[in-house]
Amino acid sequence: MPTNLLDASPYGVAAADKTPLLLQGLQALTQHHQQHCLPYQRLFANQALPYTQLSDVPFLTVPLFKQRQLTSIPEADISKVLTSSGTTGTVPSRIYLDADTAKLQSRVLVKIMQEWLGKQRLPMLIWDSPSVIQSRDSFSARGAGIQGLSFLGRHHTYALNDDMSLNVPAITDFFNCFGTEPVFMFGFTFMVWKFGLQALKEHNLKLNFANAVLIHSGGWKKLEDEAVSARTFNATAQELLGQIRVHNFYGMVEQVGSIFVACEEGHLHCPSYADVLVRTPGSWQVMPTGEAGVLQVLSLLPKSYPGHSLLTEDRGRILGEDNCACGRKGKYFEVLGRMAKVEARGCSDTFEDNKPFENGDTLVNKGAGQ
Amino acid sequence: MMAAEKLKQAFVKSLAVPESVITDSLEYNSIKEWDSTAHMILIAELEDVFDVMLDTDDIIDMSSYAKAKEILRKYDIDC
Repeated sequence: MPTNLLDASPYGVAAADKTPLLLQGLQALTQHHQQHCLPYQRLFANQALPYTQLSDVPFLTVPLFKQRQLTSIPEADISKVLTSSGTTGTVPSRIYLDADTAKLQSRVLVKIMQEWLGKQRLPMLIWDSPSVIQSRDSFSARGAGIQGLSFLGRHHTYALNDDMSLNVPAITDFFNCFGTEPVFMFGFTFMVWKFGLQALKEHNLKLNFANAVLIHSGGWKKLEDEAVSARTFNATAQELLGQIRVHNFYGMVEQVGSIFVACEEGHLHCPSYADVLVRTPGSWQVMPTGEAGVLQVLSLLPKSYPGHSLLTEDRGRILGEDNCACGRKGKYFEVLGRMAKVEARGCSDTFEDNKPFENGDTLVNKGAGQ
Repeated sequence: MMAAEKLKQAFVKSLAVPESVITDSLEYNSIKEWDSTAHMILIAELEDVFDVMLDTDDIIDMSSYAKAKEILRKYDIDC
């Protein structure tokens, strides 16, 4: 039995061992942020400790990171700032990292990805343009994702030009060099679909890779608008790119590193370092397995900012725990899209109001979720 | 060139820092020149110079100059 989840294998710890360790770790993080982040301390001043279940851990909402600089480190220790893509033209989230948290994120991301890619660094085809990485100190979510996953590859090749057109010579060179060996491809779901797969089709280009893994992330919203299902996406990838295993993952800039990767069954899996809960909008009670609600994500990684327990704006449903047909331990779930506007507004009213910062009591999740 | 000198020069080149900065205690992310971008450049350079294939564990474990020596030792390169 592991004594520290951060050293455990990503999918080898069953609930009976995982839950107490996770709870202990999340409680320690809550206390850490209470001591080092003043706004956080004001919000969650009077906690009944120790927590007895995961739902006792108080949560922040994701929009708070857009409105405030939430850090638990001195200004001088900030080594990197991550920003969200801010799709709706709103203010992006800003996540402040120090060297330790950044290191932990890389370590955990690599551990998780080794499960899907192996330990060898494979030739890597990136379905994006090289301009996505502009500054070394400040990364967009897209840049940070690509940067983080680049650790796992070699011979990094960008499949798109800066104007998002297909870089046909680069792709064919990559195929000619590595087409018969294992390769790793990465991109954001919509980019892969629109500027990768659709463009390959337009160019009438098919590449018969012998052994490829495509990891993609970033949400299905835009693809749902075009009525593209995961099944269609995967089938199209196989039609155009040959022998390719496709794994989607769910993650967010507020919790970089502890990502949720979809297995062969298409189920998103919690790694040992993270977990999810589903809450019903309004009462914010925790929903039982199988019922849809708003996803709360828990992670042992965020030390430099209070992001270890977050209510997302995504809907989802837990499908089971420790018993997925793929054999991996841990909770598994599915994402059902963004919260409806009215639910989101209700949520914003509760959590984005400035008042809670003056009167900590109103925002505290007083274990309402049992 | 001796392996130790090759290693030092690989660091100088990849991180774009003067030789005097390179000591055993130099740690990843402790100076702005050794960030994640430079780390990838460094890995590629080490693979090139020493003709080795470093795996993902090596990349994560290579948290200092001293650690780089230790990892290369696994590949029979004595720095």
